[in-house]
Amino acid sequence: MYLVTLLDGRNQNMVAHTEVSPQVSPEKILTAGECSKTRGSESVRSKGPDVLCEQNEIVNHKKSNHVAVAGSGTVPHPKKKSYKEEDCSLFVAFFTFLSYGVLLLVGYIKEFFVPVTTKEKNREEIELCSPFTNFTIYLSYGVLFFVGYVKEFFYPPSTKEKNREGYVPLYIGFESFYTRNVYRRIQDCWNRAICSVPGAEIDLMERYTPDYGWTIKHTGKTIRCINVGSYNYLGFAENKGPCHDAAEEVTREVGITTSSPRWELGTMEIHRKLESLVAEFLGVEDAITFGMGFATNVLNLPSLLGPGCLVLSDEFNHASLILGLRLSGATVKVFQHNNPEDLEKKLREAIVYGHSRTRRPWKKAVIVVEGIYSMEGSICDLPNLIRIKNKYKAYLYVDEAHSIGALGSHGGGVTDYYGVDPKEVDMHMGTFTKSFGAAGGYIAGSKDLINHLRVTSHAQVYAASMSPPVAQQIITSMVIIMGKDGSTEGRRRIQQLSRNVKYFRQRLRQMGFIVYGHDDSPVVPMILYLIPKISMFVRELTKRGVAGVGVGFPATKITGGRMRFCLSAAHTKEMLDKILKEVDEVGYLTASHYSREPKSQEPIEW
Amino acid sequence: MASQWNVYESFQALLQAGPYHLALEGVLVMCVLWLFTAKKKPSKMVRLTKKEEEDLLADWTPEPLVPQPPPLDHPNLHTRTVYGKAGQYVDLGTGQKLLNLATQSFLNMGERPEVEEAAVTCLHGYGVGSCGPRGFYGTTDVHLNLEERLAAFFNCEAAVLYSYGFSTSASAVPAYAKNGDIIYADECINFALQRGLQASRSRIVYFKHNDPDDLHRLLKEQAIADAKDQKRANATRKFLVVEGVYFNTGEVCALPELVVLRRQYKLRLFLDESVSFGTLGPHCRGITDHFNIPMTEVDLLMCSLELGAGGNGGFCVGTSFVVEHQRLSGLGYCFSASLPPMLAAASIKVVDILEEEGAGLVQQLQDTSTQMHRALTTLHTKVNITGAELSPIKHIRLNESSGDRQSDEAVLRQVVQKAEEYGVAVTVASYLSDREANAPQPSIRITVHKNLTDAQIDTARDALTHAFTDVLG
Ligand SMILES: Cc1ncc(COP(=O)(O)O)c(C=O)c1O
Repeated sequence: MYLVTLLDGRNQNMVAHTEVSPQVSPEKILTAGECSKTRGSESVRSKGPDVLCEQNEIVNHKKSNHVAVAGSGTVPHPKKKSYKEEDCSLFVAFFTFLSYGVLLLVGYIKEFFVPVTTKEKNREEIELCSPFTNFTIYLSYGVLFFVGYVKEFFYPPSTKEKNREGYVPLYIGFESFYTRNVYRRIQDCWNRAICSVPGAEIDLMERYTPDYGWTIKHTGKTIRCINVGSYNYLGFAENKGPCHDAAEEVTREVGITTSSPRWELGTMEIHRKLESLVAEFLGVEDAITFGMGFATNVLNLPSLLGPGCLVLSDEFNHASLILGLRLSGATVKVFQHNNPEDLEKKLREAIVYGHSRTRRPWKKAVIVVEGIYSMEGSICDLPNLIRIKNKYKAYLYVDEAHSIGALGSHGGGVTDYYGVDPKEVDMHMGTFTKSFGAAGGYIAGSKDLINHLRVTSHAQVYAASMSPPVAQQIITSMVIIMGKDGSTEGRRRIQQLSRNVKYFRQRLRQMGFIVYGHDDSPVVPMILYLIPKISMFVRELTKRGVAGVGVGFPATKITGGRMRFCLSAAHTKEMLDKILKEVDEVGYLTASHYSREPKSQEPIEW
Repeated sequence: MASQWNVYESFQALLQAGPYHLALEGVLVMCVLWLFTAKKKPSKMVRLTKKEEEDLLADWTPEPLVPQPPPLDHPNLHTRTVYGKAGQYVDLGTGQKLLNLATQSFLNMGERPEVEEAAVTCLHGYGVGSCGPRGFYGTTDVHLNLEERLAAFFNCEAAVLYSYGFSTSASAVPAYAKNGDIIYADECINFALQRGLQASRSRIVYFKHNDPDDLHRLLKEQAIADAKDQKRANATRKFLVVEGVYFNTGEVCALPELVVLRRQYKLRLFLDESVSFGTLGPHCRGITDHFNIPMTEVDLLMCSLELGAGGNGGFCVGTSFVVEHQRLSGLGYCFSASLPPMLAAASIKVVDILEEEGAGLVQQLQDTSTQMHRALTTLHTKVNITGAELSPIKHIRLNESSGDRQSDEAVLRQVVQKAEEYGVAVTVASYLSDREANAPQPSIRITVHKNLTDAQIDTARDALTHAFTDVLG
């Protein structure tokens, strides 16, 4: 899914990152691309979608220069020869192909001179993608696009709608080219329905496609798989045990909804209890909670930032952060993933030279990062971020969606992991979807900050408050993690997860796979490079009883196709061994043991 | 250009081309470069010395993170707390149970034990959280089932489920409307829609509240502009965004007139049915059902499940051509964990109920709403009540504003407090007035629940009358 989601998502992300404010000058916008001297492929990724965007706007909008656009300034567009909308598919196909061609060409040339490195900041291993592999990556996309182009030349896709004759087409033909010709063929690897609790093992619903991926049907049978796809880090996705019982009780007591926002009658006792518990858990003064993690970012960043504020945002930040920053109207500069030097350079320059248009000093500067990056498996370099933030009087916003609960000896996230005082981070954000097996998000920090959010956050005023059983699930699981229930269950889970992570990562490396991310991160991306390998891996593993997630362009850069395993405290060593065995076998089938570093053959202890 | 070899060959071909050709190419490249560089700002950036930089850095004093923390007695820092379940009566810790006219559960679904039972049954099977977005094993058969049921309920091809009411319309609109498109929207649309419009970066044209004539005027103006620039018009999508029953005013949308305009001016009609779902139409299907307008007239129907439906999350229905697009482009759909299955299961039960008892439920709610409306019209001489008679949402506004939002709201808050003393829980409609496109006048929002009895309506009227008299004299 992300594959294509992100074709769109990333586009928007890139646009978001670049179009946030009209004040950013063009050369600033491209900084993400420029700084790629060391990491060639980056620039392809970051420039690519922009190229695409431009193409698709030219082709499909033929927009005028004087439409006052909501949010941003006017965007001039080159005049293009007109054609009738109805029979535009040939043009669309042509431009589509052209744009991909340009993309590939730029990418290839770039990587010809600057080979791809799979360098990871927090890890010493640096593996180069061999030129041959690199070539095959582009070749495989080239073939896919070429076939798609030829097919659409002869059988143009119909964009006709019923009951809407004479309307301007709803979709830009370009957007769907990738969907029709690449994603469609492999879409059975995503969106798979399950019919069980997403715990250590899940029941997948078996499906088949009678027509090469255009439609998908369920057979009614199920497949039992070990689950390395869900974000169930501490194994709290359970249908029995204390969390389940407490949630049931609360459902019967107060129902499943409040039907009212927090400002009105949406504040129940349970919400107040939850918020003070979250604050205690994180070791900060106060916390505020919301019904959805995505919305926590999108609906609160606009209350914290505004025009005239400077934001430094990691290039791999989540879509919710990017959207929230865009809606806030702040000026956003993107720095290289997890690269404190790049951050410092850009922050320093931005502060010294002020607002690039008005030349006024910034109102404030905020660094926005994530704790664990869900696609890279990397952990943010918190000590350096704090050093930089203090040196330049900036503020720090850390999205701990994946790291809260999953990192640190007390499950307290990145601050716990690095042993840093939580008060050093100005704004803690996180979600309850992952480690707590619930839903929703929080922001935590100083009393002033939270009070400010209580009276300005959009979600407090316009959205129904968190569902009570969900809140109870969080409370109970958090109490267990903190050991307040008097047991050592929380400790046990945290230790189990951390041992699982060390064991699994080391074994994968030893087998000769390239594994990204930090050694302690429960998100384990394993590099496969090629789209066909991703789909084959997912399918083969499913057949063998392992449910994992494949990710490819545009969720990653073109040369970054990967499998992603999310480990859980619910996994036992036997499960991990089975996963590893199957991964190894499928790895041989697909020739994916890319690592060429020498490996010690010493057995690895769990 | 399909493969490397083409690239390589063209490169070779380029090398073998004659010198004139190369020279020409060179000139072209220079032109392109010049174009790029010429766009840069004319003034050369002055490079500062290290020392100057350090001084500037030391000089810079940023604002505090929160420049003006709210005063500690800010009313919204001290929201009321609900003890136990908010049903027909609600316990706000004041010692007595208050008649609930504040939470937006018009259909009293929270008091149906079968809904809770459905949630608990699902909880036994699936736990609470789904632990992943829809694409990564976050889809359960419960979600698929609910989507199917909702689509069938509306006689539509497809439905897509969101995990948060607010994010439904806020994500759906920008999935279609893009930079360069035009969105016509009612000036009183709810805040979630406004955020959706903002995220789309389209041109937004607001027309007068529920006034098809004003919309027609704007459309005619646009038609004249379009005639001058046909090329652009052919590429500009036009959307019409309205609500079935307006949350901010309680008015019922003049859909029949809008549908005519939609056809005439080729607009895409996006309808938010958050309030009207379950409250209008013989089959509970909302405004289209109410006016007997076929669903084909509507391009996309967006709806939150957090109001009348007594659930969590939201959904969109329409043709699969339109709706399926959101599975790849609806940001709140793709990048967020799916709705906890137990909450989806509860909503399936609600759909069951609506299918079985739809007509009766709607009739009862509309009768109660009408009765309440009439009871409230003679409340006090200094206030008026807005909203359609059959709408379950009503706003009581001051006839004469003091000119200052804050003091108006303070007056209304006093009334709310007094009403509590007289045994009725109501609420001041909450707005972030500085964020709203057209901030509605401060009001007390009354929500009518289906199960209100005549006696309770009388209680409500008397309590509010006393409360207003106490405060306004
Ligand atoms: C960094 C980050 N922030 C926010 C979210 C959204 O959280 P939720 O799924 O609770 O909406 C995610 C989820 O994928 C995430 O990875």
